[in-house]
Amino acid sequence: MQVPLFPEAASSIARQVDYLYAYLSVVTIVMTGLIFAVVFFFAVKYRRKSENEMPRPIHGSVILEITWSIIPFIVMLSFFWWGAQIFFANATPPSNAMDVYVVGKQWMWKIQYPEGTREINELHVPIGRPVKLTLASEDVIHSFFIPAFRIKHDVVPGRYDTMWFTATKPGRYHIFCAEYCGTEHSGMVGWVTVMTDSDYENWVAAGGTEGSMAQQGERLFEQYGCSTCHQADQQGRGPNLRGVYGSRIQLTDGRSVQADDAYIRESILNPNSKVTAGYRPDVMPTFQGQISEEQLLQMIVYIKSLANPGAPASTGGRQ
Amino acid sequence: MSTALQTPEVAETPNYLNSEYGWKSWLFTKDHKRIAVLYIISITVMFFIGGIFASLIRIELLTPQGDLVNSGTYNKFFTMHGIVMVFFFLIPSIPATLGNFFLPMQIGAKYLAFPRINLLSWYIYIAGAIFALAAIVLGGVDTGWTFYTPFSSTYSNTFVITAAVGVFIAGFSSILTGLNFIVTVHKMRAPGMTWGRLPLFVWANYATSLIQVLGTPVVAITLALVGLERAFHIGIFDPAIGGDPILFQHMFWFYSHPAVYIMILPGMGVISELVTCFSRKSIFGYPFVAASSLGIAIIGFLVWGHHMFVTGMSMYASLYFSLLTMLVAVPSAIKIFNWTATMFRGSISYDTPMLYAFGFIGLFTIGGLTGLFLATLGVDVHVTDTYFVVAHFHYVMVGGMVLAYLGGMHFWWPKITGRMYPEGWAKFAALLVFAGFNLTFFPQFITGYLGQPRRYHAYAPEFQVLNVMSTAGASVLGLGYIIPLIYFLWSMKYGPKAGNNPWNAKGLEWQTTSPPPTFNFEQTPIVTEDAYAYGSESAPEEAHHHD
Repeated sequence: MQVPLFPEAASSIARQVDYLYAYLSVVTIVMTGLIFAVVFFFAVKYRRKSENEMPRPIHGSVILEITWSIIPFIVMLSFFWWGAQIFFANATPPSNAMDVYVVGKQWMWKIQYPEGTREINELHVPIGRPVKLTLASEDVIHSFFIPAFRIKHDVVPGRYDTMWFTATKPGRYHIFCAEYCGTEHSGMVGWVTVMTDSDYENWVAAGGTEGSMAQQGERLFEQYGCSTCHQADQQGRGPNLRGVYGSRIQLTDGRSVQADDAYIRESILNPNSKVTAGYRPDVMPTFQGQISEEQLLQMIVYIKSLANPGAPASTGGRQ
Repeated sequence: MSTALQTPEVAETPNYLNSEYGWKSWLFTKDHKRIAVLYIISITVMFFIGGIFASLIRIELLTPQGDLVNSGTYNKFFTMHGIVMVFFFLIPSIPATLGNFFLPMQIGAKYLAFPRINLLSWYIYIAGAIFALAAIVLGGVDTGWTFYTPFSSTYSNTFVITAAVGVFIAGFSSILTGLNFIVTVHKMRAPGMTWGRLPLFVWANYATSLIQVLGTPVVAITLALVGLERAFHIGIFDPAIGGDPILFQHMFWFYSHPAVYIMILPGMGVISELVTCFSRKSIFGYPFVAASSLGIAIIGFLVWGHHMFVTGMSMYASLYFSLLTMLVAVPSAIKIFNWTATMFRGSISYDTPMLYAFGFIGLFTIGGLTGLFLATLGVDVHVTDTYFVVAHFHYVMVGGMVLAYLGGMHFWWPKITGRMYPEGWAKFAALLVFAGFNLTFFPQFITGYLGQPRRYHAYAPEFQVLNVMSTAGASVLGLGYIIPLIYFLWSMKYGPKAGNNPWNAKGLEWQTTSPPPTFNFEQTPIVTEDAYAYGSESAPEEAHHHD
């Protein structure tokens, strides 16, 4: 019946978080211990010995007040500084991170890989390689939490969030939904499996038969009729999407935006909000409510693949 | 002099309890003391209702499987526990009861500035409570007390609007109490009661009132918007209809973080009264303790984003909120150090109220320091939304506020009722509360760091041992709450007469009879000395302890 104090540490940052937590814990224990000890000592030493006792008043000391304001604040600044460093170091995924796409839906995690494999409540990742998760929600706010990696990020409907990690230890670890999301919230759990590189390659090779995410996206692109306007070889009623992803787009109202995942998502769901200069608004219909979050991600991966002529959709997204 | 006051005839002197009889004399009273008693009864009922939900939660969590009730029911349990405890117990707890009763007395006033508004605030509270209870009886609500969107505004199919209306209404009662206190403190202090002589309980309630008046309208607006979106599909928070779910969190926490200080500041005020009285010492560093209440109230409005570090908020906003949260801990630390220093060379007695003060100082220290874990960005990402957060805020809300409330009730009970509670039972119950509380909530820091998310009906089996400890602790804690309920009721009839000032305390409320007359003082007192002038030249009327 042994209870550990730390969960397993299976990511590159897990131990850093543990060290900081241990530092905070030591400060807390020392400070609490000190307060307890002093209170206890005073309570015993200065216990009331007779009913008529009337001690001499002491009104305070400005020097003491300044001391016990400044010293704790300096200690707190060290918490702040160390915590901010870990937070900032992990805020932006490295550019070589492999992509995995996660959709939260009451009450399951749907996970897709660029190669096309899809899973529910299971995430497979190789050891030692940075993995970037793009998070989307189909309904309410969820939160993707892997305690063994010491990371968590809310999955907010209506937008994409990202989080990343590098797994360091093979094994199976919990995935929890950490933001209360309704009836079966506590059932919205899964497992992340960290595999060695060769195991991971084998696992990928055994994956789905539906083609890569980009190919799935390409099929949707046809199916929803996108390709009638966004033509590949000649000018249609909408912009040609080759080379669009990652570029800066000039808009009709004079602004410009970076064509990233969020922009493409917005352009599919709410096409009139940011129209490319030279094109008319009100031509493209909205696809709000018609396309699932998973399909949106597939189409984004497809459009992304068009940005890089060396990697056509048919070869899959992974380089 | 005090010996004379303890004779039976004095207990029969006209007082606020025997001035009038019959239900009308209570339900239409304009006496702040009677209104305080109405509030004490109401929030006690709500506390035990909230407590029943807590017990059901802890029983369900004895085993990792969700086997006592189904998930939907469990979600309603923790939601209703939260709503009832936060909005109907913790927020009104000290201001509306002990504050209502003693704030006017401590500044030498005969009544609150707006007696009718004070009565109105109680009726509004009751109306809010009826809606909250109706939501429970009709079938419950399952959004969590935080009402996060778009779950609350679109997806939940429980009685969200009913519960939100209850909270919305109760908010006005809180605003009115705050308004009443602010005006009373500004306009109705007795001659000589300068700002620098105000008891710290008054300072704490004054700071609390500022938050109530400035913050509560924001949560009212926020819940109204949730209602609008839910009822009329006006897109405010749900992205599917053009809203922003994170906007809700900013608005909600803009109130609800300061609300945490509504819940703790009055408790801190009580502890300042207890530590001085039972050490027979002037407070160490009066201006610092007083100013720290205002500091908490002001900085408390600038830290709400620390609830949102994993929502994808800007990194730089996160930095700012993390830093300011560190800053808001400083005034709390100042209070802890000054209370401790006040005991130095004091004459310390171990009466029950002081035991609660000892408990408060220790547990609030833990609650405050663990708050810093959550303010530290790198650690918060891991522990937010886990049991670590649950443990942290229960150390503040229960270890802090509930202990202060119980300490304050024992301290002032003889003044409120004119009777003493049984000291032996009270000490025993205080011990149970302290032990039961720690056994319940300390293990949750560990389960939290291990990764158990909060609001989980079923949990991973490796967390069971710690959860069983929590449940065991909760049953001890529950007993510790029931015993005082029994002996307080008992003491109203059978408790020994208390006399006017059983603790030899210095506050003005102790210089009048017990129970106090309807207008508090025979003559408006004239204040000639600082608060807590224990041991100064004008010693207390007599150092004779009543037994």
